[in-house]
Amino acid sequence: MFSSREWTGLRSAALALAGLTLGAAVWAQAIPKEGGAALAGIGRPATAKEIAAWDIDVRPDFKGLPKGSGSVAQGMDVWEGKCAQCHGIFGESNEVFSPLVGGTTADDVKTGKVARLLDEAYPGRTTLMKVASISTLWDYIHRAMPWNAPKSLKVDEVYAVTAYLLNMGGVLPDNFVLSDRTMAEAQARLPNRNGMTLDHGMWPGKSLKTGGKPELRPDVKAVACMKDCEAEPKVGSFLPDFARNAHGNLAEQNRIVGAQHGVDTTRPAGAAPAPVVAAAPAAKAVEAGGSAAVMPLLQKNACMACHGVDNKIVGPAYRDVAKKYSGRADAVAYLTGKIKAGGSGVWGAVPMPAQALPEADARLIAQWLADGAKK
Amino acid sequence: MQADDRTGPPEGGLPGRLLKAPENFIDAAGVRTVFAEAKQGRRDFIRRAFASAVGAGAAGGAVVAQAQSNPVPTEGGDPNILELPEHSRNLGQGVASEGYGKPSKYESNVQRRPSPGLTQTTQSSVSFAPLQSLFGIVTPSGLHFERHHQGWWDVDPSKHRLMVNGSDEKMVKTPKVFTLDEIMRLPAVSRFHFIECGANSGMEWGNVAVPTVQYSHGMLSCSEFTGVPLKIVLDLCGVDYKRGRYVLAEGADGSSMTRTIPMEMIESGEVLLAYGQNGEMLRPENGYPLRLVVPGVQGVSWVKYLRRIEVGDAPYAAKDEAVHYIDLMPGGLHRQYTSIQECKSVVTTPSGGQVLLDKGFYNISGLAWSGRGRVAKVDVSVDGGRNWRPARIEGPVQTKALTRFNIDWVWDGRPAIIQSRATDETGYVQPSYKQLRAVRGKRSIYHNNAIQSWLVQESGEVKNVQLS
Repeated sequence: MFSSREWTGLRSAALALAGLTLGAAVWAQAIPKEGGAALAGIGRPATAKEIAAWDIDVRPDFKGLPKGSGSVAQGMDVWEGKCAQCHGIFGESNEVFSPLVGGTTADDVKTGKVARLLDEAYPGRTTLMKVASISTLWDYIHRAMPWNAPKSLKVDEVYAVTAYLLNMGGVLPDNFVLSDRTMAEAQARLPNRNGMTLDHGMWPGKSLKTGGKPELRPDVKAVACMKDCEAEPKVGSFLPDFARNAHGNLAEQNRIVGAQHGVDTTRPAGAAPAPVVAAAPAAKAVEAGGSAAVMPLLQKNACMACHGVDNKIVGPAYRDVAKKYSGRADAVAYLTGKIKAGGSGVWGAVPMPAQALPEADARLIAQWLADGAKK
Repeated sequence: MQADDRTGPPEGGLPGRLLKAPENFIDAAGVRTVFAEAKQGRRDFIRRAFASAVGAGAAGGAVVAQAQSNPVPTEGGDPNILELPEHSRNLGQGVASEGYGKPSKYESNVQRRPSPGLTQTTQSSVSFAPLQSLFGIVTPSGLHFERHHQGWWDVDPSKHRLMVNGSDEKMVKTPKVFTLDEIMRLPAVSRFHFIECGANSGMEWGNVAVPTVQYSHGMLSCSEFTGVPLKIVLDLCGVDYKRGRYVLAEGADGSSMTRTIPMEMIESGEVLLAYGQNGEMLRPENGYPLRLVVPGVQGVSWVKYLRRIEVGDAPYAAKDEAVHYIDLMPGGLHRQYTSIQECKSVVTTPSGGQVLLDKGFYNISGLAWSGRGRVAKVDVSVDGGRNWRPARIEGPVQTKALTRFNIDWVWDGRPAIIQSRATDETGYVQPSYKQLRAVRGKRSIYHNNAIQSWLVQESGEVKNVQLS
């Protein structure tokens, strides 16, 4: 009854430890036993400077939190300069990312449990409705924000913007200064600080709730009934007809041969499918033709974080930009300037920051836009 | 529903009830004839085919042109046989015309795909593996599902470093830095494991939301990973295992993803620092050149572009442990640090968005897996869960790896609801939606391992449905 993997495991274990009894559990995750002295010289001690450069995590007990401070007012400046493009002026998001703020009340700040989480009809869950540890916000903003320039915020800016975020959510007052010394005070006001439970059997180590005594069991207990099990099955949910083609033509998402083929969802259910040519069209190459040189530039300079070729994200779609300036003789020069200097007002209130890329690259992108922004 | 239950071939035609083969070369009656002939045995089939060719429509004119899979000879035979194709009459291509071979151009429909409208950006997004088109248990690396939080990178392996340190100075005797050369020099193991996103099937917690198994279950892949057990590297650094009961894994990309892993898992030897995937290096989209492999645990813990391991004495409440990947329960509390992917299975063919070309025999095939160990058993129902039959399990069955199952089915042309239900070696049985929701409600987003239902309609079209 041994699988080939078991034999492999047994063999290596046996090679490493001659005379080992072949216990059932031994093979499964056998760790090769070469170790200790045999591996000496592999890896070198990390320097203090290296550790300081990379060890940036902050835990809920604030281990790892650097000294520093920032006020709500300072945070507002950081927010409007670097965060509002994606998260909205008030943290309500701009349809691109999930809202950070909203759904919490002054009462939640007192109880530490967000009452709205009981309301099944409430449309979404904001970050402040969920997060129970302020260290999480600080750590993540510090390591990963802004989205297209992660790790660029200074420590004081992180304190400030965290303070402003919590101020927008009614958690911290306008005059609050968040610092390594006041983090605990802010933590004690988090609206969902008492909203987590460790009472489950889905942690792959000793239970975080019980310490392993006892180990928690799975919460859902089903039985493998084999005969006459359920009442007559009734279909309770299915996709409405209007969504039939919402994921594209499913005929083109299945192999052209096989026991069953994909349904032609461009046609109504039950209709005869369109004749399909032997080789179905390949999925559109994302980078092809005239865009071959430009796409890497757009990626490299994080342009695609805010602009899609066909779709508006934060900024307008490249196609729409191309259309708007298609009749303009100086389009290349104009757009080169816009890319370099940034701007706002043409496509809405959200500003585009100035871009620090070489003039030649900006010109290449502008030329591509002037040529119609073809994929 | 046993094989003997099948109703006989064409009762009265019912033209138009079955969809035509997509190629449109043959009508429904023709397809039925082909399948019926095939059923009667090869000799009979050849005889009748011959008769139809010479006798001009002996089978009531039903035998026409070629069916998609088994051409019915007319004019003395299938032109695909009689007229030798190019590849039988000419010189083929030379070796290494592709230094790295690609799939056939006829396989271009088999792609990983994003779900329209699910995410607004491509860098913080997901693409789903085309489970409906895959065989066995290995996910081809180029079709492995993707989940990026801040875009993917192709990292120069000669400049990539792994650091091991402690949450305080006493936790690790000698914090160390390793190059890829050094990591690849250490004792290596190769193991098959599944990786599933904690949010796989998450769109379906409340109701049906997507049409196919690609979108409902495609944040799932399985590879043979090669690497070194993390334990070996921790031993090299001298870890205080008494105090250090947690490990933080951290990525080198923009989001520098962090996740907490229990030391018990590392001590068991199953957590790997992996560089190999299916015989080659990891793909950039999957964390090249180094990722953590945490068998049985949701994909978010398999940190890509792994740059640092910190040993600590408390969990870290990282963003994806405190804002996302937390499970909202009916009482308004969120379960935190839910990590194990519980036992689950899904039928991949036939599945949503496909169409059966005729009544008769089908091989129902699917995948089963468990984050707690091996799959012990898979049962399949074709009547919406009233009656079940055990499926054939394809071996070897490996721990925390995908397991392929197959079972025979003869479709009688009536509506059928196909389901699969896996049981793992701990005795845990995959629940129905009703059972799962009774405990966890409908708003969890994460860890939906309910039984999937596919409705085969009379037209042959298969629909994603949930039973009430």
